[in-house]
Amino acid sequence: MMAGVGGGNDFQWCFSQVKGAIDEDVAEADIISTVEFNYSGELLATGDKGGRVVIFQREQESKNRPPSRGEYNVYSTFQSHEPEFDYLKSLEIEEKINKIRWLPQQNAAHFLLSTNDKTIKLWKISERDKRAEGYNLKDEDGRLRDPFRITSLRVPVLMPMDLMVEASPRRIFANAHTYHINSISVNSDYETYLSADDLRINLWHLEITDRSFNIVDIKPANMEELTEVITAAECHPHQCNVFVYSSSKGTIRLCDMRAAALCDRHSKFFEEPEDPSSRSFFSEIISSISDVKFSHSGRYMMTRDYLSVKVWDLNMENRPVETYQVHEYLRSKLCSLYENDCIFDKFECCWNGSDSAIMTGSYNNFFRMFDRNTRRDITLEASRENSKPRAMLKPRKVCTGGKRKKDEISVDSLDFNKKILHTAWHPKENVIAVAATNNLYIFQDKIN
Amino acid sequence: MSSDNQDTETHSEQVDETQESQDTNSNPVRSEEAKLKAKYPSLGQKPGGSDFLMKRLQKGQKYFDSGDYNMAKAKMKNKQLPAAAGPDKNIVTGDHIPTPQDLPQRKSSLVTSKLAG
Repeated sequence: MMAGVGGGNDFQWCFSQVKGAIDEDVAEADIISTVEFNYSGELLATGDKGGRVVIFQREQESKNRPPSRGEYNVYSTFQSHEPEFDYLKSLEIEEKINKIRWLPQQNAAHFLLSTNDKTIKLWKISERDKRAEGYNLKDEDGRLRDPFRITSLRVPVLMPMDLMVEASPRRIFANAHTYHINSISVNSDYETYLSADDLRINLWHLEITDRSFNIVDIKPANMEELTEVITAAECHPHQCNVFVYSSSKGTIRLCDMRAAALCDRHSKFFEEPEDPSSRSFFSEIISSISDVKFSHSGRYMMTRDYLSVKVWDLNMENRPVETYQVHEYLRSKLCSLYENDCIFDKFECCWNGSDSAIMTGSYNNFFRMFDRNTRRDITLEASRENSKPRAMLKPRKVCTGGKRKKDEISVDSLDFNKKILHTAWHPKENVIAVAATNNLYIFQDKIN
Repeated sequence: MSSDNQDTETHSEQVDETQESQDTNSNPVRSEEAKLKAKYPSLGQKPGGSDFLMKRLQKGQKYFDSGDYNMAKAKMKNKQLPAAAGPDKNIVTGDHIPTPQDLPQRKSSLVTSKLAG
């Protein structure tokens, strides 16, 4: 039993919570499109296709309950983006939240960036648990008092009130992207951030909305010469001058903003040489990188393509240092996956807090975890059938041919509509959030 | 001897066939590719070409030409604007200029997310 994935020895993933509707009819708007923990892990944000953001907060651990960690409860929810139509370009702008990225906390309020295809917004989420009472010019219910009736002055007093969590848009960064935004990433200087679309990457200052610097532009002069697009981008976690971007051709470019204002020339170019004998019609499509993430240490980066996850050492450009197969059995299904467009699904990937394990999603509501030290891997399922509190998750196995053992599932029985594209790992603990279409699952380790 | 030759030929044929099936077995992608080409013979060789990528860039495009619309509005200053919806005998499909009212209105979700419920 491959149970020891995630950094511990006696380690077991257990169901903790599931959020969302149970009914079979999934409204398009309810499909979760992004999941992100904040820097402390206290808050967990989700965005959906309907343009809404829901933030969960972890409750304080209670000493009385059995040693299971705090649960996540709704903290705030708001409409981040609305659908728009660009009449000039004849373009429908979806309200779907493509990415959410938290800013590090600097005061009592929390800040996050959320983006759809065209516009990035900075949201402030703040708490209010006091209100002033005893105003001079108005009554408690807000009615204005007759100034001629006021005979004495009083000082308003702050009184406690029920906690109110307010979300307000503090900055709107618009009109800087001709193509569809796929990534945003906050820089380690906590002052700037980058946004990337299919052909360009822009650098913003968090305080300035009417100006943005273009730092990468791969649009060819003649669009007929277009050979690749940008698929993801991220700032280095410590070096504020370094960022990477991945392409639809399976390459990653690392750029240094100190080298030039326009980083069209990369500092490093990461590409695994292709085996010419394995070249096929599908090669380029399945090599397209759907996500790139730096390790917390900043020494490695991870890329996700259709069938695998690769870990790269930033000091070695010619091949990854580790390759993990996510669902190799899909190789014999590429024809139908091309026909039903599943081959274009964009899976994300994530590191655990210590960079010892990585996680990514698959089909049939399966998700995979790989322990980089032990080289063990595990397949788990996000399912309501296994949703009793603190129920242990049983490893799943896909049977690739021949005799199917009991409890195994055959490749042909996989549900390709149940995709896990978005997962997140708590920055410090073994708590994970897995988005399964319109449901959000939270799993935790069981302390032995 | 002829019988020996026949045996040799048959043997080499068998070897070829075994190798072919081994190729398909060891490379399932090849057989998938063959399947796809059989279904769609007109499919180009390189899927990563500019046409393919440009389609990707144009996600969300809807038929509405603001130039056409504004010119039609200007021409029809003295006449009535084309009817917003519904069949109209006088308008032939293809000459019909879509108006903003023709485009399906997309309203944001006014309902709170079920995750927060």
